[in-house]
Amino acid sequence: MDDLLADFLTETQEGLGALDAALVRLERAPGDAATLGEVFRVVHTIKGTCGFLGLSRLEAVAHAAENVLGRWRDGSQAVTPAGITLILRALDAVRAIVAGLEQSGSEPPGNDAALIAVLDAAAAGSLAEPAPPAPPPAAPAAVVSPPPPVAEAATSSAATMDPAADAVAAAPQTIRVAVEVLEDLMTLVSELVLTRNQLLQIARRSADPAFTAPLQRLSQITSELQEGVMKTRMQPIGNAWAKLPRLVRDLGVELGKRIDLVMRGAETELDRQVLELIRDPLTHMVRNSADHGLEAPEQRRAAGKPETGRITLNAFHQGGHIVIEIGDDGKGLDVERIRAKAVAQGLATEADLAAMSEREILRFIFRAGFSTAAAVTAVSGRGVGMDVVKTNMERIGGTVEVGSTAGRGTTFTVKIPLTLAIVSALIVESAGERFAIPQIGVVELVRLGGGADPTGGAPRIERIKDAPVLRLRDQLLPLVGLNRLLDLEAGGTAGEEGFVIVSQVGAQLFGIIVDRVFDTEEIVVKPVAPILRHLTLFSGNTILGDGSVIMILDMNGIARVAGLGAEGGEEARGGVAADAPAWAPEGTGAGARTALLLFRAGDGTPKAVPLGLVARIETVERGQIETSGGRPLVQYRGRLMPLVPLDPTWSVGAAPERQPVLVFGEDGRSFGLVVEEILDVMEERLAVDAAGARPGFLGCAVIAGRVTELIDTAWWLGQTGEDWFGAAGGTKRSSLGGDARILVVEDSAFFRNLVVPALSAAGFVVTAVPHAEAALRLREAGAMFEAIVSDIVMPGMDGLAFARAVRAAGPWRDLPLVALSGSAEPADVSRGRDAGFTDYVAKYDRNALLCSIRQCLAPHLAVGA
Amino acid sequence: MQQQGIAATGGRTDGAARDVMAGAPAGAAHAGAEDAAAEVYLTLTVAETMCGVPVLAVRDVLTTQAITRIPLAPPEVAGSLNLRGRIVTAVDLRRRLGLPPRVTVTAGMSVVVERDGELYSLLVDQVGDVVPLPRAGRAAKPPTLDPLWRDVAADVHRMDDRLVILLDVERVLAIGA
Repeated sequence: MDDLLADFLTETQEGLGALDAALVRLERAPGDAATLGEVFRVVHTIKGTCGFLGLSRLEAVAHAAENVLGRWRDGSQAVTPAGITLILRALDAVRAIVAGLEQSGSEPPGNDAALIAVLDAAAAGSLAEPAPPAPPPAAPAAVVSPPPPVAEAATSSAATMDPAADAVAAAPQTIRVAVEVLEDLMTLVSELVLTRNQLLQIARRSADPAFTAPLQRLSQITSELQEGVMKTRMQPIGNAWAKLPRLVRDLGVELGKRIDLVMRGAETELDRQVLELIRDPLTHMVRNSADHGLEAPEQRRAAGKPETGRITLNAFHQGGHIVIEIGDDGKGLDVERIRAKAVAQGLATEADLAAMSEREILRFIFRAGFSTAAAVTAVSGRGVGMDVVKTNMERIGGTVEVGSTAGRGTTFTVKIPLTLAIVSALIVESAGERFAIPQIGVVELVRLGGGADPTGGAPRIERIKDAPVLRLRDQLLPLVGLNRLLDLEAGGTAGEEGFVIVSQVGAQLFGIIVDRVFDTEEIVVKPVAPILRHLTLFSGNTILGDGSVIMILDMNGIARVAGLGAEGGEEARGGVAADAPAWAPEGTGAGARTALLLFRAGDGTPKAVPLGLVARIETVERGQIETSGGRPLVQYRGRLMPLVPLDPTWSVGAAPERQPVLVFGEDGRSFGLVVEEILDVMEERLAVDAAGARPGFLGCAVIAGRVTELIDTAWWLGQTGEDWFGAAGGTKRSSLGGDARILVVEDSAFFRNLVVPALSAAGFVVTAVPHAEAALRLREAGAMFEAIVSDIVMPGMDGLAFARAVRAAGPWRDLPLVALSGSAEPADVSRGRDAGFTDYVAKYDRNALLCSIRQCLAPHLAVGA
Repeated sequence: MQQQGIAATGGRTDGAARDVMAGAPAGAAHAGAEDAAAEVYLTLTVAETMCGVPVLAVRDVLTTQAITRIPLAPPEVAGSLNLRGRIVTAVDLRRRLGLPPRVTVTAGMSVVVERDGELYSLLVDQVGDVVPLPRAGRAAKPPTLDPLWRDVAADVHRMDDRLVILLDVERVLAIGA
């Protein structure tokens, strides 16, 4: 009997879990007979089983609810929002009774007469008559639809009963296993992985061939076993989302908002332990989006948006992580208010804020006690803020980012490891001690060159007063020495040679100086002993393949101790303010802002070039610059790279010891622009005034309060010599672009000037036209290309219409079509794809564009070759 | 020579504990097995001082192990070591008892004890033997005892030729508490 009851409870829980979502779906599409059939079946099963188990109270409620559902199913009554609300209430009652059953083993006492009476009345038809002025819980989110045709509903619901029979037959395909069994298996497999690693290390040292083959086999089986056991713990993230449709619906009713919940990637799997840990933070974020993110219908109407707001959940795998985006199309975060609040709370001064990027300012919402909601509502803003969400995510090695565009919405991006049991870690050494750094905390690894290294170019540590910093491309990276942090005696080489582990906590990038870097290893994270829990610099410890114990560093802890955490608190932001525009999240609404590299060359006016066009920033030793036919050249990555001085008076003899050079192009087809000094990287909205344009410059723009000239890379490319790129043609060109012809449709001359050289430099033959109409005329004229790159926002025919025109008919119908747009948010991307675009790339992302084109062309080239 | 002798003792420890456990119920009908076992101690030496820990608390006795230092840890914590796949936190008993650090060339020993499901190893100079120390030989801690020692010692036992400080493992491991 106990077993029967336990099984019943488990089944009922599962059924109830699916019911909420199904009912909300039904409310939206009252004619959906399949969904109605599913709901009916679950309630019917519950009723039937309770009768069998003698659970009279439960049976009475389920029976009354089933009667109403039966009326809907046979079409004698229409599905109404009020009716749905009633059924949801009945389900809540069922849930409460089931919860009592679970605790005590018998039905809790209580009286459902009132509920049953209403249900019975509804079944009798007294509730369903005129729906609009519905009883108390008036439902603005509700959409009243005409009743479904009787015949259709009846036939299709009959059809849906059949799969149920199939399901019974297929049931033995799955079995229930206690969670502890899986947990134990996981622990054992983790240990097995460690032992395997130890064996492999021993085998590497001793060269006995007899062990090699069986060891390899063992290793492979262990890996497969590990994967298999991991899989048993994997659950679709949809399980954590199951309650959200109901939650959002109820919120909509409560707040008087119309809300659409779109869930993508619900089948994306992750470890159930992680799933449990993110369930509440996710719910909180969705609640926040509904409450604070989305506007009321009137406001949305006034803003020219559809009245129904949209909350989008999107989950996908990326590397060993799962990324979950929680976005809304509401009003976006109010940067000004955050700014004001940050000052009011003494978290930052006006001067601090002025130096911060918008993204850094947005991150203030992750500070404890920070809420910008003007009014604390019942729904959110109860003191449980985003700081709790962030802390919970960090606890499991995850990160939260926020992006927002005024008037367009806010997107939170959560990145968490797939599993907590086994992580990949980088093993480093400082002052003779080894430590593990989880890979998720490592952005990049930089090898330091010795101070007197004659080859130059290798990055080295510089000091501002006593604070060590590293110039890394456009960034000034604050550094912390691991030996100093951990109070270890400094090794002899520390500071001069060694490595910098570039790491990111929040928006703050920083580097950790270590002496040596070993391999990466799969490690099983074990908690440290209780007497060491106060050491916040460590997130755990583990046993390495060689059997030694090693401490695992906690990047968040390090950032806090070093006073680097953007949200760390009091001591935030040390001497060096490292702005991080280059790491701005892709597609989170950076709008028309462009990362620009500012530099000085020739006259005093600062010059700028979009950072996306620059392949690298290099420093060339004067001695390395050679001349050939009067033109300066430098050996770069095994090839000769022409140098073009921006300053006409520049000469090799007068060049500084270490000459900064901007490298354009890549993979050997590149040229270096000789400049005087790299100034900064800024993210700015570009408004180019072509009035003062002169050869080599596209015009002027005001950047950081100063008039700055934007360089025309195409023109400077032309200065490299006698059509350097064209001449290389026959032999080298095929390696990259393969002579592929690309059509670029772009209305802005400025962007054309950026995209065309980037593509030509990569070896493509580029034709550029200023609008879609011109492109279509080319098609009529019989021009043929291998791929088309098009802007989206254009006067006249826009990119989407152009894509549809291309796809509709004609010789270009099957060509790869890459969209180039200022905004690559998921919604835009899906719109683009619907219109027929093959891929969607953010403007200025030169690498992404080249990559995308190559990918699109890959099958074509293969066929051609 | 010394080393081997110790290793042999170590090897015997578990066995001795088991023997006591197995023998107790049969032999001592009047006293519970727990009581009988509770009076059996493993003796160890730190800086010439003989101490005892209840044999029931002991999980293992190890010879020298590779110990990984833990930066920023309390000074009493010597580091952590790997015992058959489990991570054991090593506590330097000399430091814990406020004794001067060991300078002798002989390698030390580790007595592994368990507390709240976690393993700790006490680094000692030498491990002695498993001996029954009946309650009759107990004496209260002298009030003049160093406060640090008063804190970690449960009792003092008078053996024929010398005194044994009976350590309270809970207190010994209450570092920084």
